[in-house]
Amino acid sequence: MLAYIIRRVAQSALVLLIVGLVAFAMFRFVGDPIDNMLGQERTADDIERLREQLGLDQRFVVQYYRFLENAVQGNFGVSYRQGRPVIDILMERAPATLELAAVSGILAVLFGIALGVFTAIRRKGIAANIIMSVSLIGVSLPTFLIGILLIYLFSVELGWLPSFGRGDVVDLGAWTTGFLTASGLKALILPSITLGLYQMTLIMRLVRSEMLEVLRQDYIRFARARGLRNRAVHFRHALKNTMVPVITVIGLQVGAIIAFAIITETVFQWPGVGLLFINAIQFVDIPVMAAYLMLISVMFVGINLIVDILYFFIDPRLRVDRKGGH
Amino acid sequence: MSETSIPPQKSRLRTALDSDLFYTFTHSPVAVVSTVVVLVMVLASLFAPLIAPTNPFDPASLNLMNGFTPPLAPNDFTGETFLLGTDDQGRDVFSTILYGMRISLFVGVAAVLFAMVLGITLGLLSGYLGGWVETIIMRVADVQLTFPSILVAMLIFGVAKGITPVEYRDQMAIWVLILAIGLSDWVQFARVVRGATLVEKNKEYVEAARLIGRRSGAIMLRHILPNVLSPVLVIATISLALAIIAEATLSFLGVGAPPTQPSLGTLIRIGQGFLFSGEWWILLFPAITLLALALSVNLLGDWLRDALNPRLR
Repeated sequence: MLAYIIRRVAQSALVLLIVGLVAFAMFRFVGDPIDNMLGQERTADDIERLREQLGLDQRFVVQYYRFLENAVQGNFGVSYRQGRPVIDILMERAPATLELAAVSGILAVLFGIALGVFTAIRRKGIAANIIMSVSLIGVSLPTFLIGILLIYLFSVELGWLPSFGRGDVVDLGAWTTGFLTASGLKALILPSITLGLYQMTLIMRLVRSEMLEVLRQDYIRFARARGLRNRAVHFRHALKNTMVPVITVIGLQVGAIIAFAIITETVFQWPGVGLLFINAIQFVDIPVMAAYLMLISVMFVGINLIVDILYFFIDPRLRVDRKGGH
Repeated sequence: MSETSIPPQKSRLRTALDSDLFYTFTHSPVAVVSTVVVLVMVLASLFAPLIAPTNPFDPASLNLMNGFTPPLAPNDFTGETFLLGTDDQGRDVFSTILYGMRISLFVGVAAVLFAMVLGITLGLLSGYLGGWVETIIMRVADVQLTFPSILVAMLIFGVAKGITPVEYRDQMAIWVLILAIGLSDWVQFARVVRGATLVEKNKEYVEAARLIGRRSGAIMLRHILPNVLSPVLVIATISLALAIIAEATLSFLGVGAPPTQPSLGTLIRIGQGFLFSGEWWILLFPAITLLALALSVNLLGDWLRDALNPRLR
């Protein structure tokens, strides 16, 4: 098991090195950094000084190493557009995205599992069938159209909820939160539904099909024969055994939620990292793009690694197989 | 055996009409309806210049006085009526949708073709040659699969935008978009083709081809490729729906088709600006068009997957 974990960690490190190389190449070769950092009035001396200062006169490998060294320390250079260190901008924006992602993730998991169990138990019921058909439409609607639809319904027509921004936020020093004010919480509702809807339908369909599979097994019949109540059979015996694939999907979808936050944040003008990234693309702000790429890769690779390792703890069969193989 | 005893060969059309695939097709209402919708949309976008009442991108034909005309109601100033209304600049929404659909479909189809050619080539190479070629290609595929394809497309778009000189950016945007979506989508094709190639390459006909001295390239293209194409067809159809949505999403986010060459996504982006002021038609009609297009291609792909799957027959 240890060997497996070490191999996976090594693989992840390799992926991060490659992504780092891509980010570095972007930084180094897309446009001239010197051009981007110095204004119109520059002298040959200025250019030479900055070139030396940035280490651009060094060999490629040395530059790449320096870039990685800086990146590990959180130094991603200065945004071309805002003229401030990228890491400051990212830290300022991160709370908005993380809060949004957390709320949508929790919504998706709670409702996904609940609806999945419900549609599996009441497989032939009318409500379950309606939920299944609606979920099909939910999967085929592009995220941004869902957002616009919600804005139209709840902001334009009904006027209940705000259509953009985070509302009032409370500053806790390094973190700004929207959880503590009424307008902050209200502002969270529409974006988190938009962002979490796809994952919710995904989890729901997965839980449903896994439940249907499990409910057919002998030990469920046996549990019923022992006279256990339906509730105990469904939740204690059946649901527990559907969790392995569900946890995998949830883990992998955390990354997807962060990535799709880009779309939701743009629709709702949510001041998070995703909106920052889109603006960076529009204005070709390479340092911000490179930093975002690095940050999100660390997240994705880390999540994949954790999910893989978690397998061993959730599913005892895997551990047995490994031992048997030796 | 004399020549005359061979029954006359059936024409290709006849063979197609007699096939199982055609039979299941005519007996699936979903497939027929979605095919009709897709066909109508493809024809409408091909002949957009003939069908569209106005050319929305010819400044001479525009009249700012016509701006914000609701659908099927005469304009207050000019008295002109438009089927689906006009936008802020007096452009006929019906015409902009026709032209927008053209760009959406073109980008979608071109991106999928690009992804398909790239994926098939890399899949065949890694499946047939194996060794380090396979290791490198499949590792790259694994790394790319870690990231959602829309994110990969955004990054490629951003980098390509950074490389193209400012004055060419708008002209190049469509091609950059095709490149970005295509590059973000090749992995699926490569994986499936590699898997199928691994199975096919050990079969006797490949052995036979090798024995008669055909070269690797010829074996891959002429012998293996035709036998791995049917799953590719399914993936291509589903990819087309995804590519159309990806293109619309990118354009909606403002990192895709420029306002000078708007796709359906760009039109929705423009329309969103008038959501609060009550000009719903500028947003609604492009959105419905996009949905109908993506949904029919998707349903067609689903149907094709089931129809070509022997286990479901």
